[in-house]
Amino acid sequence: MFYRESGDFKTTYIDDDQTFPIKFDRYRYYAVMFVAFAIIPFMVNDYWVNAIFLPFLIYSIAAIGLNILVGYCGQVSLGTGGFMAVGAYAVYKLMTAFPDVSIVFHIFAAGAITAAVGVLFGLPSLRIKGFYLAVATLAAQFFLVWLFNRVPWFYNYSASGQINAPERTVFGEAVTGPNVNAWAVYLICLVFVTITALIARNLTRGTLGRKWMAIRDMDIAAEIIGVNPLTAKMSAFAVSSFFIGISGALFFAVYLGAAETGEAFGITKSFLILFMIIIGGLGSIFGSFAGAAFLVLLPVFLKVVGADWLGVPTDIVAHFQLVIVGALIILFLVLEPHGLAQLWRVAKEKLRLWPFPH
Amino acid sequence: MSAVAEEFITEDGRKIGAVVMEMKNITLKFGGVVAIKDISFDIRQGEIRAIIGPNGAGKSSMLNVISGFYHPQEGEVWYKGARRPTMRPYQVAAQGIARTFQNIALFEGMSVLDNVMTGRLTHMKTNMFQQGLWYGKARAEEIENRQKAEEIIDFLEIQAIRKTPVGRLPYGLKKRVELARALAAEPSILLLDEPMAGMNVEEKEDMSRFILDVNDEFGTTIALIEHDMGVVMDLSDRVVVMDYGKKIGDGTPDEVRNNQNVIDAYLGVAHD
Ligand SMILES: Nc1ncnc2c1ncn2[C@@H]1O[C@H](COP(=O)(O)OP(=O)(O)OP(=O)(O)O)[C@@H](O)[C@H]1O
Ligand SMILES: [Mg+2]
Repeated sequence: MFYRESGDFKTTYIDDDQTFPIKFDRYRYYAVMFVAFAIIPFMVNDYWVNAIFLPFLIYSIAAIGLNILVGYCGQVSLGTGGFMAVGAYAVYKLMTAFPDVSIVFHIFAAGAITAAVGVLFGLPSLRIKGFYLAVATLAAQFFLVWLFNRVPWFYNYSASGQINAPERTVFGEAVTGPNVNAWAVYLICLVFVTITALIARNLTRGTLGRKWMAIRDMDIAAEIIGVNPLTAKMSAFAVSSFFIGISGALFFAVYLGAAETGEAFGITKSFLILFMIIIGGLGSIFGSFAGAAFLVLLPVFLKVVGADWLGVPTDIVAHFQLVIVGALIILFLVLEPHGLAQLWRVAKEKLRLWPFPH
Repeated sequence: MSAVAEEFITEDGRKIGAVVMEMKNITLKFGGVVAIKDISFDIRQGEIRAIIGPNGAGKSSMLNVISGFYHPQEGEVWYKGARRPTMRPYQVAAQGIARTFQNIALFEGMSVLDNVMTGRLTHMKTNMFQQGLWYGKARAEEIENRQKAEEIIDFLEIQAIRKTPVGRLPYGLKKRVELARALAAEPSILLLDEPMAGMNVEEKEDMSRFILDVNDEFGTTIALIEHDMGVVMDLSDRVVVMDYGKKIGDGTPDEVRNNQNVIDAYLGVAHD
């Protein structure tokens, strides 16, 4: 079986526009979907779901969201943690205020609320760029965390200042609260990941995606050929924050169950997601997944190898992890700004020509 | 609109149409620098209008005024018989005015095809929600516009590089892709800022041919800035000559060639 497009002729523009133009890629994608939806749910246990699958899926959504803003539209943001917090608190308020409405609806609504907040904090991007915009979004991050800590209305005046997710069900199966099955929380997150990834893919390959990339690559030329910078940038902030809000809602309601803003959605979260898209690949949906997988698996891997097999003390392993991540960020920024996704593309390009590279 | 004959016969006996765009007494200043000083000229339907002049004469600034990128302190821009209000560049683009840049301004991170497709933006009307779902309208629109984009790609003979990221292309091809992106908009007026700068003779010939073909086949009105006099005299129907922000000549290539002010400017006669 050769990895080729030969003999796989595209005769229409529809065919040529497919997400996976090479048959082999398409089959691999179907296989991944099949395994994810039909096999993994029967195999997972609590450890796998909590240590790997949930964080991977939920961070993937956030990474896709941030990638739309940073990778596709070129607007730097350090406010991801704060926007995830907006999603979390929005879903919490909605869940407690309207207990009879489906949690699925609440999660989407939380995304929509975050989108509105994102647009608001994205307004400075019309005036400022790069470093200054990063600082402005950083201010948003601190402001939002401060707001959720300080205004008791957001945490329903609970004594601890924490928010706790009550039990909610989807088709009779609990997906939030203390009595959930591993496969159920896995599946609900998987469904959200699939939906957001498809929307992101559709947007980035169409007119809106091209507007974003035009703004990213050369904003003056973009405006002169007809891109309205206001709507292009604001739509990027809206879509990006919508995804990040959904991710924050899932992170709190399905994954953590109970959260305190500063801890769950602090500045480290902003950096974590940013590192994911830098390592995974700016301007790539696949890269968002790759980066999320990498940064979720790395600590697990180091813990298993370092602490469990080699007997290195856990605190040293934790420090070692920071060193590795730091080094990788620098390496990728310097050598391969398009991240793992680009390495993967290059490998595929080589494979397409193999075994006759010339 | 000022009283002008509806038709105009050029030197080569080509018939060109009525005035579509008129610049009236444009003055543009950057602080103390007067880039354009009280210039008026018009562009007629279907013509190739050259703007020439020495370096720093204010030619690019004039195109930037037409594009809505610079806003003149004085003067009016008339387009299709009406005075144009102050507009942002994207609004000007929506009116059917496309352009290329003196220093290539392509979207380097995107493929040739995506650059050309971006040029079709002004024709694409589906909203974010339709695009997110992809089915139905958004997809139909994408395919319809892809068809147009491919026609332009064929026309400019860049089929072989359509999937190549623009950043990897040599200079001459980039210039051609930029023309493709502008043409994709199916503009009524196409502004070209030194489309042949830095090209070798062969590339210049290709580019001249494309410009003539565009004008011929699509009937596109073209305003172009060019330093190569041979090219200007060959291509253009009428020429505006600028020097130090002032208009020093306006007419057919022959008239301009024999204009004493123009000769002085090009021979570098001292300014007083
Ligand atoms: N954004 C700007 N800010 C300040 N001055 C400017 C600006 N743009 C142009 N100028 C000045 O206006 C004058 C005309 O510049 P312009 O670029 O229009 O000349 P040009 O005729 O296109 O020259 P060239 O043939 O070198 O491209 C120059 O003196 C230039 O320095
Ligand atoms: Mg110039």
